[in-house]
Amino acid sequence: MSDLELRVDPIACDGHGLCAELFPERVSLDEWGYPIVDATPIPRSLEQHAKRAAKECPVLALRLKRRAG
Amino acid sequence: MSAAPVQEPVTRRLLAGIRADGRPLSLAEHRRLHGSVDVDGRTLVELVDRSGLRGRGGGGFPTGRKLAAVRASGRRAVVVVNGAEGEPPAGKDKVLLAYQPHLVLDGAVAAAHAVRAREVVVAVNRVVLAAVERAIAERDDPKVTLRAVAVPDRFVAGEETALVQFLNGGPALPTFTPPRPFERGVRGLPTLVQNAETLAQLALIARRGPEWFRSVGDPEHPGTVLVTLSGSVREAGVYEIATGYPLSALLADAGGTSGEPQAFLVGGYFGTWIPGTAVDVPLANGGLQAYGATLGAGAVRVLPRGTSGIAETARILRYLADESAGQCGPCVYGLAAVADDFAGLASRDRHVDRDRLERRLGAIAGRGACRHPDGAVRLAASALRVFA
Repeated sequence: MSDLELRVDPIACDGHGLCAELFPERVSLDEWGYPIVDATPIPRSLEQHAKRAAKECPVLALRLKRRAG
Repeated sequence: MSAAPVQEPVTRRLLAGIRADGRPLSLAEHRRLHGSVDVDGRTLVELVDRSGLRGRGGGGFPTGRKLAAVRASGRRAVVVVNGAEGEPPAGKDKVLLAYQPHLVLDGAVAAAHAVRAREVVVAVNRVVLAAVERAIAERDDPKVTLRAVAVPDRFVAGEETALVQFLNGGPALPTFTPPRPFERGVRGLPTLVQNAETLAQLALIARRGPEWFRSVGDPEHPGTVLVTLSGSVREAGVYEIATGYPLSALLADAGGTSGEPQAFLVGGYFGTWIPGTAVDVPLANGGLQAYGATLGAGAVRVLPRGTSGIAETARILRYLADESAGQCGPCVYGLAAVADDFAGLASRDRHVDRDRLERRLGAIAGRGACRHPDGAVRLAASALRVFA
């Protein structure tokens, strides 16, 4: 496991849906197109996917955050 | 709304000695009744911690821990009294601020000493602004400046990040966290946001100590609590009870219900419907837990037989959907969809996909910047349990 977690800033998020395309292992979309994020720690094997999804979000609403502690 | 009438009390602490003519207690009257607070900041944090006082704005967070967190920053802090109370069925903070403002202000000043704040902002519903401003003008608190501010009359304005953003010159809408206000709040300073009733309770603890505070009520959630009772009850209004007091006893104190109660909405619009058969439940979180409910900010509404609980819930859900800050997709679209589903269930003139509704209720909570959508879906889920 890495110590990274995925979080959405729901105010910034406009529901572009790119994150679900780039990181389907952890992001799905609800019926209105807004992301449902699995917030459990991201395995190292998926870290690159997570970073890319966060970087490519058009409004930078997808955040990768170091786990506290 | 205007301040609700204050009803004959069950246990009077906060509402002790208030005037029958509806005027607020003057500072002199207040001091004769309660004396003044004489305790240093560090001691106060300890006393509050030992008292077991929890926030009375709905969150129920231990007040002592919140004080300690702001104090621990070691920086100059700001205290915000949250008296926004934008929820229609709630009236207790307005009553407290209108009738006994100095108790709240004493608590705010004591809390300011505890967290090293020199500034207290009393954020209130506009209906009590004048009363609070007059009370502030009567006071002379060394080292602390108080000012009152009217908060826009909308539901989400009382959320603590919304209050902070409003006080910083922005709209009264919630913000994404972290940072939480205790880390970075008004003008970027650590900010203690406390509900008005919580601070009034704190003001009494500062005078009389934690043992006195704990001497009434449920041991897990001790003291008294203000309850705003509404709906089909003979004498609606604000009551002060010891926590754990049975709902049936409170209803009797209120002159009984008009007609047989079908259900009770406990905890206000973010609350939980419990069936009419639960009338003997103790009004404490321990007792309410069996029904998946908490006392929240203390609003209890009585629904009579012959009224549709689903239609009543549909009305509240529409209100909550309309009151969304409009910032987060799952709240904007999710609450509108759930409100539509309930309108459909209530009118029975069109098919509502129950499975889809249940899925929606499961998928919305926790996905907004604030707890607005969580509260709405909790209410909706409880309505399905009790009425459908």
